[in-house]
Amino acid sequence: MDLKEKIVSSYVAFEDGVNINSDIHEIRTEAFQNFEKLGFPSKKLEAWKYTSLNSILKEDYSIFPNKEKIISLAEVKKYFIHDIDTYKIVFIDGKYSSFLSETTHDNIDVCLMSSALTKKKYKPIIENYFNKVAKQDNLTSLNTAFSKEGAYVHIPKNTEVEKPIQIINFTTGEESATMLQPRNLIVVDQNAHVQIIERHQSLTNNAVLTNVVTEIFADRHSTVDFYKIQNDYIEASLVDNTFVEQQSNSVVSVHTFSFGGNITRNNLNFFQKGEHIDSILKGITIIEGKQHVDHHTLVHHIEPNCESHQDYKGIYDERSTGVFNGKVIVEKEAQKTNAYQKNNNILMNNKSTINAKPQLEIFADDVKCSHGCTIGQLDEQALFYMQQRGIPKKEAKALLMYAFANTVLESVKIPEVKERITKLIAKKLNVNIGFNI
Amino acid sequence: MLKIENLQASVDDKSILKGLNLTVKSGEVHAIMGPNGAGKSTLANIIAGKEEYDVTKGIIELNGEDISELSPEERAHNGVFLSFQYPVEIPGVSVTNFIKTSINETRKAKGLEDMPAKDMLKMIREKSELLEIDRKFLSRSLNEGFSGGEKKRNEIFQMAMLEPKLAILDETDSGLDIDALRIVANGVNKLKSKDNAVIVITHYQRLLDYIVPDFVHVLHDGKIVKTGDASLALELEAKGYDWIKEEISA
Repeated sequence: MDLKEKIVSSYVAFEDGVNINSDIHEIRTEAFQNFEKLGFPSKKLEAWKYTSLNSILKEDYSIFPNKEKIISLAEVKKYFIHDIDTYKIVFIDGKYSSFLSETTHDNIDVCLMSSALTKKKYKPIIENYFNKVAKQDNLTSLNTAFSKEGAYVHIPKNTEVEKPIQIINFTTGEESATMLQPRNLIVVDQNAHVQIIERHQSLTNNAVLTNVVTEIFADRHSTVDFYKIQNDYIEASLVDNTFVEQQSNSVVSVHTFSFGGNITRNNLNFFQKGEHIDSILKGITIIEGKQHVDHHTLVHHIEPNCESHQDYKGIYDERSTGVFNGKVIVEKEAQKTNAYQKNNNILMNNKSTINAKPQLEIFADDVKCSHGCTIGQLDEQALFYMQQRGIPKKEAKALLMYAFANTVLESVKIPEVKERITKLIAKKLNVNIGFNI
Repeated sequence: MLKIENLQASVDDKSILKGLNLTVKSGEVHAIMGPNGAGKSTLANIIAGKEEYDVTKGIIELNGEDISELSPEERAHNGVFLSFQYPVEIPGVSVTNFIKTSINETRKAKGLEDMPAKDMLKMIREKSELLEIDRKFLSRSLNEGFSGGEKKRNEIFQMAMLEPKLAILDETDSGLDIDALRIVANGVNKLKSKDNAVIVITHYQRLLDYIVPDFVHVLHDGKIVKTGDASLALELEAKGYDWIKEEISA
């Protein structure tokens, strides 16, 4: 039985665990039909031309991991940003771990999607926002069909959340292969500010396929900073579908750090529904072996006087492959738009590949849009210069790569996150030097 | 200190050095002059270990040890310093962090701990004063947007920090105005000791007014064709190189 068939025939079993007489389930079953019709994306689809999921769809995934596994904090502490106080919403094999979590209902709601989808007090928010910005494409539909658990964050107006929120999904590897469909909803009201760190982490080298959907709503004058740390085992694949809807004067930034995993696909979509909005999309990808990372971004400029800033840096070694597909749409009404897109790549050898594709669709005439894409190698003369000053070649390369990626790190606002990423880069490049530049 | 015998080297099958001999002892300053394309920069790069050159014959010894198989960083750890004719711009790496990494990697190669931050700061302060470098300059990205003079001064600053045994200054005077030239030369002179040696590669005699050489060599067509004292540089300045070419072919 192929994976699609298995998923489709498991749906009745999934329904046993949810209230089928609810509005939410209407949304789910509609999405289910949609997925049944569309199936998994194939390379025939333009959006999936350079990323094939075939190799990972062959696994015999367990769709409902049943065994509950307790993991101790000591085992997983290193995956948290643990040197600062944070809220935590933690899942183990898709199930909430109250032991590892630190949620709150004190003015703000940092809690579970399963509560939000079923409890009456969340109903107005759920009705207004759930599945409202998510696209109806194949993998988003699949997630919506199985949406039941994930992180739910609601920040009421004029609230500055002091502590960052960490959303972490652990996979224990108890099952030989696990498929997860986490569903997150982040609603940030007027003039509120929140910082969120998201991570998906397997704990063994059994296969994992995570298909996560996150919807973010940023109301007027709000600020949302979102950091995605992707440094999973080589057997773990991730499809991240993130949809951001912004109202006037809001600023939303999403930083994606892709260092690990097998196949990673980031679908990051921004919809600007007001004026004077700033959307910031940044990423660093450093991969090797046969790793594959695909960044598919969309910024939809709908109203005038808005900005978007994209800066993606990629370093590809060995046989790794990267994709950057950055689409910017500027509607006719969206005059005075400033849209910037930068995508710079370094290929470390002649076997690595990057497919870079900027797509600009501009219907307004008074706009500033720029895109720049470069593909190059490390500068040999710079390497010689550094070696001449006593810096060994491996460290010299690492320093050059770090310097190359640094423009993305500069805008990380949580120092501990910046430090962690810096350490991950040093580890990834297998060097032990201080990058504190 | 440095002994080069019958050095022959080529790049892309084009022969550039054709049997070069040079001996430099501790405490000495040597100037290497010569027309464009004579092989001056090639010589500097080969001593520093740049890989794109094929050394086809000859020996390069530093303090009695053959260094011709060593990597550029190993040569640097052994005390070779090359001040680049065109210092490379490295955006995103500050002057301070670069020199820290440079010093600590050199110490690591010698089995030493990192230099304590306090000592490092003190050293940076002293050496930047010596070269009249503005402190703000030290937090800027290495060589990025530096003027020609700033780049060269930064090279000598790094040299001062690394305290090499053998310093090769490749056209350090080019792009310098007279004030910068004086500062750079003054820096080099202060760093000179009986335990180290300096090779100055230059087109013009100008720098040698400030850094007075013990020996002046003329490099022509891949060989040293004439050696003299400081007065040879003056003679070259006055008469150009043609008379030497004639002398050789005669």
